[in-house]
Amino acid sequence: MHLLAIDWIFLLEKLILIVIIISISLGVAMYSTWWERKVAAWIQDRIGPNRAGPLGLLQPLADGLKLFMKEEIFPASSNKILFLLGPCLAMLTAMMTSAVVPWASHLHIAGRDVPLQIADVNIGILYVFGVVSMGVYGVMIGGWASNNKFSLMAAVRGASQIISYELAMGLALIALVLHTGSLSLGVIVEQQAHQGYWNIVLQPLGFLIFFVCALAECNRTPFDLSEAESELNFGYHQEYSSMKLGFYLFAEYVNMFISSVIMATLYFGGYHIPFIHIADPNFAALAGFIFLFAKTAAFITVFMWIRWTVPRFRYDQLMNLGWKGLIPLALINLLITAVVILLHTQH
Amino acid sequence: MDVLLLQAVKSVATADVNSSINYLPIVLQLLVAIGIVVLMMTGTHLLGPKRKTEDKLKNFESGIDAVGNARQPMAIKYFLVAILFVLFDVEVIFFYPYAVNFRALGWEGFLAVLGFVGFFLVGFIYIIKKGALSWED
Repeated sequence: MHLLAIDWIFLLEKLILIVIIISISLGVAMYSTWWERKVAAWIQDRIGPNRAGPLGLLQPLADGLKLFMKEEIFPASSNKILFLLGPCLAMLTAMMTSAVVPWASHLHIAGRDVPLQIADVNIGILYVFGVVSMGVYGVMIGGWASNNKFSLMAAVRGASQIISYELAMGLALIALVLHTGSLSLGVIVEQQAHQGYWNIVLQPLGFLIFFVCALAECNRTPFDLSEAESELNFGYHQEYSSMKLGFYLFAEYVNMFISSVIMATLYFGGYHIPFIHIADPNFAALAGFIFLFAKTAAFITVFMWIRWTVPRFRYDQLMNLGWKGLIPLALINLLITAVVILLHTQH
Repeated sequence: MDVLLLQAVKSVATADVNSSINYLPIVLQLLVAIGIVVLMMTGTHLLGPKRKTEDKLKNFESGIDAVGNARQPMAIKYFLVAILFVLFDVEVIFFYPYAVNFRALGWEGFLAVLGFVGFFLVGFIYIIKKGALSWED
């Protein structure tokens, strides 16, 4: 009976954290659309959204409401169940990735240490990989179910792009795991705080490969071959309308947010703030959380900067870069890292 | 008694990373995520207008009348990439247990993995020489 009561507190704590984290990722995704348009406008010497609210800040709300109020269309020749399942799956996987990310260290409330991580599992990195690769089903199912040749083409392209870049991404991360010796994201952050420098110092090449692969996994320019509107009308979500279209667009931004958080966590110290030690645990957690968000915002801005600067790859160039460029490079990086660490530990 | 049990459960939840209780919140998150997806889908279904016409339900293919059906074979290259991905991804996953135990295994383990990387490379060079990844016909 006592055990049952205590489990409820644990569950409630996690439930509150989950609701907060998912709300934050949805909110960040919403405002990324606004920020993307502002960045684009700035790069192209325009003003950008400025009608809805001050600086156009209410624009994402208006866009969201518009998507809700639009007519839901199931094309007559489509497969109805899969057509609905596609965007739901894309959104679901986008919301699941955040489970293993450590957002900050502990909060200390009423004598309890509340870890600000939904699930501290010892296979954190593998979990992220598993869930991210589920995202490919959303694209594939949606494109196929539309029964539209352009959508199918885009979906098949997108799927083979995502799986190709996953290989190089995995290999780049192994070099990092050689150093950390753990797959838990929480441990990796604590290690970086303990050793005094961030992993980017040790793995600059690995980070670069990971970053390029993250762009490809999120279908961001220059790798947005599955949404190449000049060749494919609109992409795999061409037949979609209302919030089903919204889910696909939203999932892309949530994925971008999460991959930025993961990059900040693995290579840039996560919530660790260098040179400053804060004694009060609650204040330290809050400061760490804000610092992690600052890093994440910087990454998201770089993603956008790249989108509005670099033109799209051709498909054969994309595949060549992934298979013949990044995979051998990641493998060499892995071997060199292993030799250096072994030589270092011998002394 | 209460306090003791609380301590015990807390240490299980935070300290022991191998315990399966750590996976429980993931299930909880899945339920919350499914809840949000269902809620939003129902919302958009109820809010949007429903004025369907025959033209509206046709597929859009650049504004031209659609010819034939999209249920037809695609280029074999994409299928080949998927098959090769399965092969190489399994090999990549094999690196993970090694990477975690890397320091304990030392040079001996490294030499063994070097052999594994050799096999990986032989397969990799073979598929490239075979032209499995050349996209220009």
